[in-house]
Amino acid sequence: MSPLVTIALRFAVLSLIAVGGVTSILPEVHRVTVDVHHWLSDAEFTEMFAIAQASPGPNMLIVALIGFHVAGVPGALTAAGAICLPSCTLAYLVEHVWQRFRGTPLRRAVEAGLAPITIGLMIATGWLVARGAPGTGWTAYAITGLSTALVLFTRVNPLWLFAAAGALGLLGFV
Amino acid sequence: MSTTEPPARVTLGELYRGFLGTGARGFGGTLPWARRMLVEERRWLTEREFIDLFSLCNFLPGPNVASMSVIVGSRFRGLLGSAAALGGLLTVPLTTILTLAVLYARFGQQPGVEAALRGVGAAAGGLVLATGLRMAAALGRTPRVLLFLVAAFVAVAVLRWPLVPVLLTLGPVSVLAAWIGSLVAWRGRM
Repeated sequence: MSPLVTIALRFAVLSLIAVGGVTSILPEVHRVTVDVHHWLSDAEFTEMFAIAQASPGPNMLIVALIGFHVAGVPGALTAAGAICLPSCTLAYLVEHVWQRFRGTPLRRAVEAGLAPITIGLMIATGWLVARGAPGTGWTAYAITGLSTALVLFTRVNPLWLFAAAGALGLLGFV
Repeated sequence: MSTTEPPARVTLGELYRGFLGTGARGFGGTLPWARRMLVEERRWLTEREFIDLFSLCNFLPGPNVASMSVIVGSRFRGLLGSAAALGGLLTVPLTTILTLAVLYARFGQQPGVEAALRGVGAAAGGLVLATGLRMAAALGRTPRVLLFLVAAFVAVAVLRWPLVPVLLTLGPVSVLAAWIGSLVAWRGRM
């Protein structure tokens, strides 16, 4: 089978089981790409994860990097399409069904029930990202605390905070 | 943030550009930027509509913000709107990451880059925390809301349980609690 077809099939299946976003299927992506198909070594997988984290956009883009590694630009586009399109098609269909329940007690109960869990998970993500890598020093916590406060209480564009924090890191303070 | 009426008509171009900006700025996760664009800058959704949309996408498989762009696009402009929003979201990140892939293959690891990224990561954590706290402030502060919010946080951040079982147990229980709560409130009014 052509690698492009394999990429398309593998990632299309992963797309539909990635409940909670791509982070939850990364162990499975690792198993498929490193252990089953030997497209990457362990070290290469880790490097690609770092690049995906460092660039803007949804973190599902690690699959585009893997596609690029296997089959160049067509591989990257195939992988990105395969991880996006099945779940996006599902979202489109669910939205149309969900609109019919607008204003019903069932929909109100589902929304009222899911909202606190969603937000709890969001705060958990911030917490886990802030704790970051092992050996995180007090300056990193200070940066996290300060940027939390600035985003909450001022209208500063967070990109300036990122630039300042990146500069502090570059100068060896973090 | 005042809640204003959303614009009656959002064009395909606006959908594309709105999500283009979201994808381009999305360092450290796209979600805070999607909220900023949809709720604060363009006011296409109210805070509450955003929370409900994000909850729905959280329970659907696949990249959350991609599903969100498809649904927002569909609400304003149907299938073409979905395509415009998703296309906008992916344009800059896909281009950037392919460029980075080529550069990385050529230049390898620079210690300076790694240190700078540690700083950005710390600030990005703060942005996500602040976004979560703002969304929490928009919910009613009832015991039920606080209970499930804290339970989800503790399960994932403290106990490090895997997400899917957490969602599948907490989700139905919380929906049931909300359902019973609304029945009780309804009876109380009789």
